[in-house]
Amino acid sequence: MGLGDARERTSLPVMGGGKSGAPGWLTSRLDDLVNWSRVNSLWPMPFGTACCAIEMMATAASKYDQARFGMERMSYSPRQADVLICAGRLPYKMAPVIRRIWDQMPQPKWAIAMGACASSGNIFDAYSMVQGIDTIIPVDVYVPGCPPRPEALLYGLMMLQEKIRGESVFDKELHEQLRREPPERAGKPNLPPEAIDEVALPFGNSTKQNRVAGLVSTAALARPSDRQP
Amino acid sequence: MAENIYQKYESALQALEHGAPLPETAGAVRTPPEGSPAHPSVAALVERFGDAVLDWELVAGDEHVVFVRPERAQEMLRWLKEDPSQRYLFLSDLTAVDYGGGRPLQVVYQLWSLEHRRQLRVKAELALASLEIDSAVPVWHTADWLEREVYDLFGIRFRGHPDLRRIMMPENYAEGHPLRKDFPLRGRFSRAEQTRRALTMETEDFYTPQEMVFMEEAEPVPPPANEGSASLMDQPPGPGVGG
Repeated sequence: MGLGDARERTSLPVMGGGKSGAPGWLTSRLDDLVNWSRVNSLWPMPFGTACCAIEMMATAASKYDQARFGMERMSYSPRQADVLICAGRLPYKMAPVIRRIWDQMPQPKWAIAMGACASSGNIFDAYSMVQGIDTIIPVDVYVPGCPPRPEALLYGLMMLQEKIRGESVFDKELHEQLRREPPERAGKPNLPPEAIDEVALPFGNSTKQNRVAGLVSTAALARPSDRQP
Repeated sequence: MAENIYQKYESALQALEHGAPLPETAGAVRTPPEGSPAHPSVAALVERFGDAVLDWELVAGDEHVVFVRPERAQEMLRWLKEDPSQRYLFLSDLTAVDYGGGRPLQVVYQLWSLEHRRQLRVKAELALASLEIDSAVPVWHTADWLEREVYDLFGIRFRGHPDLRRIMMPENYAEGHPLRKDFPLRGRFSRAEQTRRALTMETEDFYTPQEMVFMEEAEPVPPPANEGSASLMDQPPGPGVGG
């Protein structure tokens, strides 16, 4: 966002909206102000369950120092946090825990799935493991890696900052979909049952794409040990 | 070749599901082969308990495995712990093995005698139809959580256990015992159902009323040392301080 943008925006109508729905000078200035404050004071809620958490700690420590980007400190209370970083694999036993933490965080809030396990279940395509936390909570940024290096997490956080810069407080659709939280949705899965089965069966989220693309062939379902009762 | 293995496995699964007769496990105790290291506890067990010792095995060079009758296992373990010539005071592990194919499950006790510096592995075989054995908690307290783990993952019931419930899987887990060979890798329910069930669980369910009472009755955290009359600042400095 340079000086040129600001000059262009001065030619916009003051209030905006109206029949065209175009952003006005006042509303876009307000968005800039709100997003500027949100972007530069993102407090992460660390949800570290595995080795990714070690990299997350390194990101917060002095060498990488995520405080440079406005994540001034890790917020160990969900009620004072803006972005949930799920670092590590999530077993089903922890699913209600992360869902409750997410429900306790005030709006506006964002989520980062750090690492392959949080994003898709990784190699843990087993009875005990959630196949990607996006089945439980809405995720904004997926950071690949096993585990990702601190640079990767910082890049993910910067991408999240980019995303927040593009948001508008007057965006009704965004508000309806993400910011308004009806109480009956608390503690419920993020995706409908068909969608969860679609991403997780029969081979699990982690390998589905490769198998669909023909990159991996397997006779797993023909083996008696893999059959469903 | 591969087909035969699958067929064999399939028939074993069929036998498991339809309750085929189980293989006979009782047999004469084997004598150690020539030149193998002798284990004083094995000889003492055979001498004292006779036919309650079913089999003896030497694995990995010098690890002695004793198969015992499950109904007398607790008595023999107690003797192994309390007899002055044995003194296996440390139960380093208690676990179970399922070799599949309808074979009996093995409960494994890994013992360590600090006094005599000896290890001994005791195994008790349980038929799949009757997965029950006397608890080892009266002998070693550390068996408490280990037996809960074995119960959770294999479904073996320990008679006389003070608090036999799941320890790893959620309390409301309804898919069975996951480490059994007849358990499908991805669980019995679909992912959607697994997710739904997981999210209906209240996290407080993991604690029993006794545990909550225990937490309430725990002693409060002592006040910081620099508060109150007898603070550290009032103490005269030690010999190494202020010199």
